[in-house]
Amino acid sequence: MERMEDCRFVAEKVKNVPPSGIRRFFDLVSDNEEIISLGVGEPDYVSPWHIREACIHSLEHGETSYTSNSGLIELREEISRNYTRRQDLYYNPESEILVTSGVSEALDLAIRSIVDIGDEVIVTEPTYVAYIPSIVLAGGKAVPVPTTREDDFRVKAEEIEKRITARTKAIIINYPNNPTGAIMPRDELETIAKVAEKHDLVVITDEVYERLTYTGKHCSIAALDGMRERTIVLNGFSKAYSMTGFRLGYILAPEPLLNAMMRIHQYTMLCAPVTAQVGGIEALRNGESEVQAMVNEYNRRRRLIVKGFNNIGLDCFNPGGAFYAFPSIAATGLTSEQFAQRLLEEQKVVTIPGDVFGKAGTGFLRCAYAASREDIKEALERIEAFLNRL
Amino acid sequence: MDSKTRDILEILENNARATPEEISALVDMPSKEVEDSIRHLEKVGIIRRYKTVIDWELAGEDYVYAIIELKVSLERRQGYDAIAERLYKFPEVRSVRLLSGEHDIVLTIRGKTMKQVAFFVAEKIATLEQVQSTSTHFVLKTYKEDGLILEEPEHAKRLPVSP
Ligand SMILES: Cc1ncc(COP(=O)(O)O)c(C=O)c1O
Repeated sequence: MERMEDCRFVAEKVKNVPPSGIRRFFDLVSDNEEIISLGVGEPDYVSPWHIREACIHSLEHGETSYTSNSGLIELREEISRNYTRRQDLYYNPESEILVTSGVSEALDLAIRSIVDIGDEVIVTEPTYVAYIPSIVLAGGKAVPVPTTREDDFRVKAEEIEKRITARTKAIIINYPNNPTGAIMPRDELETIAKVAEKHDLVVITDEVYERLTYTGKHCSIAALDGMRERTIVLNGFSKAYSMTGFRLGYILAPEPLLNAMMRIHQYTMLCAPVTAQVGGIEALRNGESEVQAMVNEYNRRRRLIVKGFNNIGLDCFNPGGAFYAFPSIAATGLTSEQFAQRLLEEQKVVTIPGDVFGKAGTGFLRCAYAASREDIKEALERIEAFLNRL
Repeated sequence: MDSKTRDILEILENNARATPEEISALVDMPSKEVEDSIRHLEKVGIIRRYKTVIDWELAGEDYVYAIIELKVSLERRQGYDAIAERLYKFPEVRSVRLLSGEHDIVLTIRGKTMKQVAFFVAEKIATLEQVQSTSTHFVLKTYKEDGLILEEPEHAKRLPVSP
């Protein structure tokens, strides 16, 4: 078969998008009973029943039409109330909230609405895999800024500032972070906010793991003094409510920015799936106790896996959020890629090599602990056996 | 109650066999302290006992369960507690609950056969002075018990790798 890169019909800007490292790894994994996967970036819970039940009910009652472009008003009102309760920050449901098909769409809208050809966007590395391709597709240039284990994978304001040019338009931050599990306390966010203000940058903050914060309380950069007018908050239902397949997210932003994103959304997506929106209303109204129970269980697994890695001799950063552990495998002398591939072949455990998330991830592995405790324990035993045979 | 103690109880509620070492990793507490904490919880009666859920049907031992609703009359100087005590002392009686509404007390009874359960109710329960009437319902199938769904649990159908 002809490669996409050689096909004369395919646009250059698509050819310029680097292939996904995760995708490559996916192709190595066969559907095998014996495999334990720590490679899955989504909850292992089925969506809570009350949410599914509300969706079934709405389908039975014929709610199958388009909604308004910005999403059902009841949903936007719940989002607004819910966000105010958590962050002490008000967004007007009529004019400052847009319901999207997941944070994925929200991210694309945020970038496309602010990036002109040649504009630069700063992304922290290790980075969620969609940021750089989204920037490239919008005609922009992604400028990575590394974060390190020594700094708890928190981005340093001076590292950002070093990379700012006349073309820098925005910074994307993502705390709690995929793939490191890092979180960012308020005082360190302040330093980033100062840089953004000084250089008049937009901050896109992907807070999809917000509810999965285990140490301290999540703080949104939008809540800091003077930041609301230049911040685009992305959030969604995938992780907190275990609703990945529903495809439901939202954007909070000041009106001019929201209108710009709306301009794109109304023509490219029209509206988010109505059934998902009904599920979202139910989730926000009655989902709190199930969220708490899931967060408690993730927290136990987090302790189990971090302790487990350190016990078998893999230095593991203590992640404050999300559901990823990011142990260092540098001491083994293998590259992340070699380690992950051999671990899969020899012990049938799926992990994701850290460099898939950028150069700063070299020497690390992403291990999702959204897996049962039994699977986590078994995976740790197999990894130990693998290490012993190196 | 502090959140770690609550956490320990939640873990044990779902798996009574979790060892202090295992719990120690999950709640981030030295296993000696976990052990002390459990011992204390047992002593003050917060942990009542450890129970094993057995599928007797699968084991080839058939039991018959029945739910019995009772109307009772209260006698002088004797409240519901006294009647309940007379009822719960029978080993055949698996649970006793005082209710609001039409009936006063509801029991669950386990026996080897329907006949045995029916006789037990007729001879031991219905004949109690305070019991005015009984209404017996045999259980045909149990779908969920004590928060546990007895069918195959559902699992999220996920791809083995995702971003
Ligand atoms: C950091 C981050 N942002 C966005 C997404 C996508 O979320 P959604 O399912 O809402 O599109 C993910 C999913 O893995 C993620 O990890």
